[in-house]
Amino acid sequence: MSVLLDRLTSVYPPLALLLSALLMLSLGGCTDAKIDSSISGKAPAGVIYCSESNPSYFNPQLDTSSTTADVSAHQIYSRLLEFDPNTGRIQPGLASSWLVSDDGLTYTFQLRRNVKFHNTNYFTPTRNFNADDVIFSFQRWLDDAHPYHDVNNATYPYFSSLNLSKTIASIDRINGYRIEIKLFERDSSFLANLATDFAVILSQQYGEYLLVNQQPENIDFYPIGTGPFRFDEYRKNQFIRLLPHLEYWKDVDLADQLIYDITPSSSIRFAKLRTGECDSIAYPSQAEITIMQADPNIVVQEAPGLNVGFWAFNTAKAPFDRADVRRGLALAIDKNSILDAVYFNSASRARSLIPPSSWAYNTDIKEINYNPMRARELLDKAGIPKGFRMTIWAMPVVRAYNPDAERMAQLIKSYLAAVDIDATIVTYDWNTFRDKLSQGEHDSVLIGWSADNGDPDNFYRPLLSCDAIPSGTNRAMWCNPEFDALVNSAIKISDEDKRAILYAKANNMIAQEMPLLPIAHANRYQVKNAALQGLTINPYGSIRFEGVIKTLPEVQRP
Amino acid sequence: MITTLIRYFNLTFLTLLILVMLSFGLAYFFPGDPLTNLLGTDILPSQPILMLTSQQTNIFMQFWYYVQALLAGEWGVSFATGKPLYQDIMRLLPATLELSVYAVTVALLFGIPLGFLAGMNYHKKIDNIFMSSSMIMYSFPVFWLALLLILLISLQAQWLPMSGRLSLLFNVPHYSGFILVDILVSDIENKRFAFNNALQHLILPTLSVAFIAFAVFLRTTRRAVADVYQAQYIKSAQTRGLPATTIFFRHVLRNALLPVLPILAVQISTLVTNVMIVETIFSWPGIGDWLIQAIYERDYPAIRTGMLLVSVVVVIITMSLECISQLIDPTRDRFAYARR
Repeated sequence: MSVLLDRLTSVYPPLALLLSALLMLSLGGCTDAKIDSSISGKAPAGVIYCSESNPSYFNPQLDTSSTTADVSAHQIYSRLLEFDPNTGRIQPGLASSWLVSDDGLTYTFQLRRNVKFHNTNYFTPTRNFNADDVIFSFQRWLDDAHPYHDVNNATYPYFSSLNLSKTIASIDRINGYRIEIKLFERDSSFLANLATDFAVILSQQYGEYLLVNQQPENIDFYPIGTGPFRFDEYRKNQFIRLLPHLEYWKDVDLADQLIYDITPSSSIRFAKLRTGECDSIAYPSQAEITIMQADPNIVVQEAPGLNVGFWAFNTAKAPFDRADVRRGLALAIDKNSILDAVYFNSASRARSLIPPSSWAYNTDIKEINYNPMRARELLDKAGIPKGFRMTIWAMPVVRAYNPDAERMAQLIKSYLAAVDIDATIVTYDWNTFRDKLSQGEHDSVLIGWSADNGDPDNFYRPLLSCDAIPSGTNRAMWCNPEFDALVNSAIKISDEDKRAILYAKANNMIAQEMPLLPIAHANRYQVKNAALQGLTINPYGSIRFEGVIKTLPEVQRP
Repeated sequence: MITTLIRYFNLTFLTLLILVMLSFGLAYFFPGDPLTNLLGTDILPSQPILMLTSQQTNIFMQFWYYVQALLAGEWGVSFATGKPLYQDIMRLLPATLELSVYAVTVALLFGIPLGFLAGMNYHKKIDNIFMSSSMIMYSFPVFWLALLLILLISLQAQWLPMSGRLSLLFNVPHYSGFILVDILVSDIENKRFAFNNALQHLILPTLSVAFIAFAVFLRTTRRAVADVYQAQYIKSAQTRGLPATTIFFRHVLRNALLPVLPILAVQISTLVTNVMIVETIFSWPGIGDWLIQAIYERDYPAIRTGMLLVSVVVVIITMSLECISQLIDPTRDRFAYARR
């Protein structure tokens, strides 16, 4: 055989090349290991998280989408304050301590010393974190004249939905490690807002550096923060690679690398979790939870969620600008069957915006019940003809509060058909979908909200206040001065019982006016490989990977 | 021979010209501003020739500069990423080529020998088995096969990974774009693991693509071998008492292999289509996966350039194979006889 090979290869030299290439291919690694002694060592370690979509920015200030927050909020950045994931209490973050004046208008923060910013191949910081960085990060969204205010066409949706820029009177530097924030009026949810995913601290020095280099837009795409991981590489539709920040200010274990494997299909994420290609996945599908629970290698974590899935009517559009029409449509829907078919009983029926676990929840809320006869009566009275056409917009992504908007839309469509309303289901890709929603092109939309903090205000103002319309979180486009006055006065009171009374009033107002029909509060699920340690459900915002490691040394998995 | 070369060169050139014209036309046919569709953005200072294109008022001059920009590697930027398409495509194309080359190699490596075996046992039991099984293989939809492989081998047995080219934990620097080459060239510390890992990722996509091509090669070779054995010169060789091995190596082998090359050329376009489907299913970061993503996102510059590039690659490979097969097998040239 070998003689033949030799003869052949001496006659046709290209054949030799081809043969050796084939040999290499077929024998693969084993021969190479012998040839080249440098080929040795062990497989690299790290954590792979299969995320659902591409982040729009690497800065949660600019975007309320959890895809953006999951990558950046707790990995790349830190905040002045943090929520304790178990109790929801506010804990020190970059601010080591704080003081609130007696009138509740002045907040003084003492900042942590020796906090280092990321050192990456695109920026090397020369100074530690100090008051200038806090002022820079806040002024970016507060001050219209700030050089970074309009960079990347930022709208700062979270802050503008809460109207925070009109709440804060001034931010002053007292010394390098102490700042003072003055408010116009008392706001009992102010500290909670500073601990949300969105109130991140950027590097002022990096901002100046980019201005000098005339690349200010890079600040949201090549991020520099003080968080546990630094940005390394991002390939759209493929992956994001983060590396540990070795000088992170907290003493915690960090994975050798943290990779977001962008996998839009939920069933493929699940498959990858099973094959071990992902250590944890985003938004497990409700239908697959039972299968995952049966798999010994997969751990399913469950916690009641601070969220609400709802059906919002575009109250800026006729005839949905009339409460009787909205009530009529809401009466035609059987929430219980939706809970069964869409949430697979992993959710509780929503009676109001806020979930039962909140202290502001009131049990005596007047709830609307499924009654198609009455629905048609109301619609007749409102002059909605039989065969009236409307659109239901179903969001294209899976969220905890709505695991399958398309299926929910189908159900609602069939319920509406029973009262002679002809509904069409509309969907777009996620970014287009949200753009068009903000422009108010929808008749009604199936969407929802995950709270960023435990404060009930986090539901009412972002979802239904007038200020939340331009910032794109008020999908009902509902602006009711009475309601605004109610929730605005609620945040000026620090006594929880008194606040709860005002929120009960607000709930009744929503039930009466029906700008949106709350459908369900979904439980939150997180699934992970059993070898992954330290990953917990964060009810107050996006996923956290600090302290998450894989226990077993990476076994070469086939 | 020279006339053949010139003829094929002309044919290729004209086909490419039409393709370029079509791709230029696409910018006008897509919704939106044609110039934005061409450039991917309003102004693009980094790509001067393409900018010149957009400044022309005469459509012929526009086309002239468009061709020049294409040749200079100024393909515009993607709507979705805002990055130059040239870089994106040059990073992705090797992944697609890699998959195609391995698949063809596997298909040839198994298809031709087994085809010989079947042809030599023409209308015997072994031939019938091969023919019926290859018929089944040939009828397999590629996407279904790929999903089936994932289901059985990745999910049930958990033997092989189901997506990507390499575990994302390995950070292999980009060198040639061919993952195995890149790993061998790189100086990462765990080369061996990376290499094994890459091979494991390669197996299922390669098999899915090779499956159908294998069936085609087997059937073609078998037909050719059977035909050659029916030929007069084999009969006469047998009557002369030549040993079977001599007949095989001297007369059958070469003559039977001749028809395989044109079939390979015909198969290229099917193969590329299959590769694109398989890439999407296995999340293989190649041009097919990218192009389908671009279609989803209505990234017109990317669709325009991606389609042009894929078709150019297909045309060039097909034409060269046709040309080569013509050169080594002059009997295929029917016109030659007519002229003489």
